[in-house]
Amino acid sequence: MEPPRNLTATAQHLHVALVQTKPLKGRYAENLAAVQSVFAQIAKNVDLVVLPEAALSGYFLEGAVYEVALSAQRFAGDLTRAWKAACGDRRVDLVCGFFENDEGTYYNSAIYLEIERGEARTVHVHRKMFLPTYGVFDEERFLSRGRRLQTFATRFGTMALLICEDVWHAIVPTIAAIKGARILVVPSAAPGRGIESPGELGSILRWREILTITAAEHGLFILYAGLTGFEGGKGMTGSSCAIDPRGELLVSAPATEPCILLADLDLREIDLARASLPLLGDLEAVLADLLLDDELPLPRRRDDAP
Amino acid sequence: MTYRVIEAAALSCDPPPIDPAVATQWLVAFLRDELRVRRRMDRAVIGLSGGVDSAVTAYLCARALGPRNVYAIRMPYATSSSASLDDAQLVIGELGIEARTIDITGAVDGYLRHEPDADARRRGNVMARVRMVVLFDQSAKLDALPVGTGNKTERMLGYFTWHADDAPPVNPIGDLFKTQVWELARYLGVPKLLIEKAPSADLEANQTDEADLGITYVRADAILSRILLGYSDEQLVERGFTAQEVSLVRRRVDGTHWKRHLPTTAMLSNTAINEFYLRPVDY
Repeated sequence: MEPPRNLTATAQHLHVALVQTKPLKGRYAENLAAVQSVFAQIAKNVDLVVLPEAALSGYFLEGAVYEVALSAQRFAGDLTRAWKAACGDRRVDLVCGFFENDEGTYYNSAIYLEIERGEARTVHVHRKMFLPTYGVFDEERFLSRGRRLQTFATRFGTMALLICEDVWHAIVPTIAAIKGARILVVPSAAPGRGIESPGELGSILRWREILTITAAEHGLFILYAGLTGFEGGKGMTGSSCAIDPRGELLVSAPATEPCILLADLDLREIDLARASLPLLGDLEAVLADLLLDDELPLPRRRDDAP
Repeated sequence: MTYRVIEAAALSCDPPPIDPAVATQWLVAFLRDELRVRRRMDRAVIGLSGGVDSAVTAYLCARALGPRNVYAIRMPYATSSSASLDDAQLVIGELGIEARTIDITGAVDGYLRHEPDADARRRGNVMARVRMVVLFDQSAKLDALPVGTGNKTERMLGYFTWHADDAPPVNPIGDLFKTQVWELARYLGVPKLLIEKAPSADLEANQTDEADLGITYVRADAILSRILLGYSDEQLVERGFTAQEVSLVRRRVDGTHWKRHLPTTAMLSNTAINEFYLRPVDY
């Protein structure tokens, strides 16, 4: 099963802005207005703007999540109007995390929009698959799991959206890469913890390790946008960053400050990195042997049995 | 609320970095293993020119084998700079290694008197090859392995005499760019004079490598290291290198692949050596 390749993507560069937002809890309209002024502030041309998970509502909402959740269509409309008000007809692709209400089923989602001449096309909505429900987290009490990991074509090549804990399971970015992703976009909301490590909070170091190792293993760019600000004593760790396909950090943000990161990605780096370290090609060759292993606890149709 | 803007740093045009402590530890282990374990030899013989490459090689060998097991041979020709001899002496004195000076003028001129029209390039090649004749004979005499001193930059640019500078069977610094050799030299304590003087093959008076090559080592290494990672000329120019310097380096690399290989041998059988009959070097 050869995944489709990026036959139509011709862009060699991607100018990305990672916007590390600090929303006011539950105040969607005010947060949208703040993001609109950020759009206006992005003076130079950007091709893609990425905002964090729950960027316009805050993350820890408990039962109030139902009050701020929106349909993907409504959310796309709001973002598009904000962009148009700030930047007119300028073309841009936008990624933003939001709580989605799909006719009464609620998800922690992220949307990928293409906006051109003020008109938006929803390219993809990813619903977070791994909902942390342990310790400080309680997502699955209020939200449903996304069930599909899809990649999607953009003018910059095939991408995948993964939200926060989705990336912590190595198999998820692995499958995204196998399905053709050349850029992983990761909106996140990561509460900081761990004061034992030197230099940084332990959770920040752990995130950075996961992202750099993932980027280098599969030879892809990772664009990570982290929420910042304290929510009821729980500090979101920001630390947005862009990582290149060799696992090198291109730019990174501090933990506690709202900010905008700008980076120019040379998309030709992906093929070069994969030529130097062809792990993804190797994996494609043995993936079936790994996944069709009878000892794996996977449901199988009768005629699949050996 | 206004958001601070943080821009990614401009892509680097620097030569590749090195951690000299890590490199030293690794190369000392390599030399011990390669000489003592694999070849059962305790001694090394090095052509010590007074330049930084052979100085670094001598420092590494002295660390790996002990200074008394390192033989430095200075091989001046009549036109060699006397400063080179002095600089080599600095290394010998600092390390306390064994040393001998063998003048190659007689051997070189013995041949060249039959070739009075030989130009500087041919004369330089003859000198380089005679030095290897001496080094290999000293190796047999002293029961010491010749250790090579060619760096990665000159190997990539083809800036060496084939089957001369590249002839010794073991080379600790052949995968280090010149700028990395400089850093290693500083770490090892090589006399400053040798690190700071303009690198020269010393085959002609007042010759410098960088004038010969038409580019500084800093720029050449920055470009070479990226060519080796697969970057196109277009990408290098986008990063801030000039088209001229990129094409100069690219031409030299592309024109010298043969110098980094053994001679091309016509294959005639099903048992051609290194085509069908394959054995690793350490088998």
